[in-house]
Amino acid sequence: MNKQVISVLVDNHSGVLTRISSLFGRRGFNIDSLTVSATNDPAVSRITIVVHDDAKVLQQIVSQTARLEETRHVFVLDPTVSLFRELLLLKVAANQSNRSELREIGSIYKAKIIDLSPESLVFELTGEPDKIDAFLKMMDGFTILEMCRTGITALERGGTSAHLL
Amino acid sequence: MKLSGADIFVQVLLEQGVDTLFGYPGGAVLNLYDALYKASDKITHIMTAHEQGAAHAADGYARATGRTGVVLATSGPGATNLVTGIATAYMDSVPMVAITGNVGTSLIGKDSFQEVYITGITMPITKHNFVVRRVEDLAHILREAFRIAQTGRKGPVLVDIPKDVTGAMTEYTPAPKVEIPVRQDYDQAAVLHAAQIINSAQRPLIYFGGGVSSAGAGEALRALIQKAQIPATYTLMAAGVLGYGDPLNLGMLGMHGNYTTNKAASKADVLIAIGTRFSDRVALDPGSFAQEATIIQFDIDASEIGKNVDVDCGVVGDAKVVLEALLPHIQPTTHPEWMRQLQSWQSIDYHPKDHTDRLMPHQVIGAACELAGPDAVYVTDVGQHQMWACQYIRHVKDRAFLTSGGLGTMGFGYGAALGAQAALGRDQTVVMMTGDGSFHMNLNEACTAVSYDLPVITIIFNNQVLGMVRQWQTAFYDKRYSSTDPHRKTDFVKVAEGFGLKGYRCETVEQFRAAFAEALASHKPAWIECRIDKDEKVLPMIPAAGNVDDIMMS
Repeated sequence: MNKQVISVLVDNHSGVLTRISSLFGRRGFNIDSLTVSATNDPAVSRITIVVHDDAKVLQQIVSQTARLEETRHVFVLDPTVSLFRELLLLKVAANQSNRSELREIGSIYKAKIIDLSPESLVFELTGEPDKIDAFLKMMDGFTILEMCRTGITALERGGTSAHLL
Repeated sequence: MKLSGADIFVQVLLEQGVDTLFGYPGGAVLNLYDALYKASDKITHIMTAHEQGAAHAADGYARATGRTGVVLATSGPGATNLVTGIATAYMDSVPMVAITGNVGTSLIGKDSFQEVYITGITMPITKHNFVVRRVEDLAHILREAFRIAQTGRKGPVLVDIPKDVTGAMTEYTPAPKVEIPVRQDYDQAAVLHAAQIINSAQRPLIYFGGGVSSAGAGEALRALIQKAQIPATYTLMAAGVLGYGDPLNLGMLGMHGNYTTNKAASKADVLIAIGTRFSDRVALDPGSFAQEATIIQFDIDASEIGKNVDVDCGVVGDAKVVLEALLPHIQPTTHPEWMRQLQSWQSIDYHPKDHTDRLMPHQVIGAACELAGPDAVYVTDVGQHQMWACQYIRHVKDRAFLTSGGLGTMGFGYGAALGAQAALGRDQTVVMMTGDGSFHMNLNEACTAVSYDLPVITIIFNNQVLGMVRQWQTAFYDKRYSSTDPHRKTDFVKVAEGFGLKGYRCETVEQFRAAFAEALASHKPAWIECRIDKDEKVLPMIPAAGNVDDIMMS
């Protein structure tokens, strides 16, 4: 069961997300993360889906996604030639006694502190999912008040835009 | 030219060549019905007893003709009543456009009276669906619906039109009928690879399904069969494509297919699947299905290639185009040893026995076929009678055996038969075969048959139980007949008379022949009830997830 990242270029219509996510739901695929984002073409959106599942079943869902009327292109991203990024916002309980320790860990991971109050601070961190996992591991000993990960957004490396129709 | 949304709706139907639609009026579609009223000299609307019947009628119309069936229903319950009919069409890849009214746009999403989110409900059972939020988009969306329904793998499309859109005015620009080009592209290398595999086969078998009918590929298929003398077996969805006298036509495959076809699939060295999807009624155990074979699959839908069974060579394309491309690369040959093997299996295959003391399904079907003649169209419901019909109807032509294969919808038959009759005209003989279980679901459409004088002859195989479920209870549940013997006291002759049509009851084949001949001659809708034994089984039978080694012949 490997992590698979699927990129779907779709018509920018309401309802298209439901159509695609229901194909995954029907086969009991639990979506790890899903992002919908604008592209350079306002008529097209990009949906990036991360799942852990059997590659063969996934391939069938991909081909079913491809036949949807509003799907323009769908492909599984090859991790060796793709860029994956994720954004984390993390609110941690912080006071005078542990604030400097938190700042030190944050600076190692190049996390920004974007909010500060007498009893908390908020980190912003962008990076590969592994880096975010590692940072969160370091936060284990602290009191996490709230957390939000955006899920992966991804592009292939290099100058090609062959997948954009 | 400025027109209302309702008038645009009618204009687009006319420009798309729609001569008949099926439906049921209601509040949200009053404007549409008003426009249809004004155009009633150009377009026939058939009002059914229930929207489900209308959806099946549009489906039957499409199956019988290949043209897109159209159904119209009001919002809320009207729309939800279409759902089973739309799902039935979706599973069997039948081109259909379903139009639903909805409450006005300002009332949508507020739990208004008769409001339902029908595009949400039908998302997984349509090729695509639309909500028309602006009258300016209406004509384009309706044309798109017809295009999508007929393009590639065919299927149903739903268009939901809020009431205010049907009343709003906009500029209407006429357009020609949407012509759907047949998909011409295919992978030439894959076709050559397929030809190479076929040319080296010792024990080839063609296994074909509804895609052959859908693509009009019957001629091309017969040419392939003849050129390389390849025996063929078909699924429920493709009955009638091949003639029955042909020794290369082995019969139906799968759960209630015969021993020979199932044995052939298990022993073939090359299996050529055309327009078929290895469903669990055919490849009951996908792991052991055709396990000795190199498998070639031709399908118009790329997502079908290797979906249920791994294949060695997949070709995506239109069945007719691909078969015509394949044919020049096929070497003429014969397979005498393989044919001898097949004949030896045929000699020990299941054959039903005639009886004189009780009415046997195969004898009734045989008599009906003989009397109805080679041009009849047959429609079935779902259950034992459906399997018997497929097994024993002997001179069906293409597009003349209409049945709910994928969804297996009890209650499909009557609506579909009326739709086929409306499409093909009153002079066409249409025979509907049903069981007492299925018929109880949608026999209300008798009123439609009478109102529109659609002379469908209905044969009711009445065993007074839910025969197919009961057969499974007999075989696998130690005869615990839970809820399959409802002790109904329905008098079908009286019910028929109550609806205003003629009813017959038969206990012998002679009585059946007399009743059927009279019904045919009358050119009126009729019901013929045939009492059969409740322990009559559909044989052979391969249990779910089994293979030919598990086949039950008695």
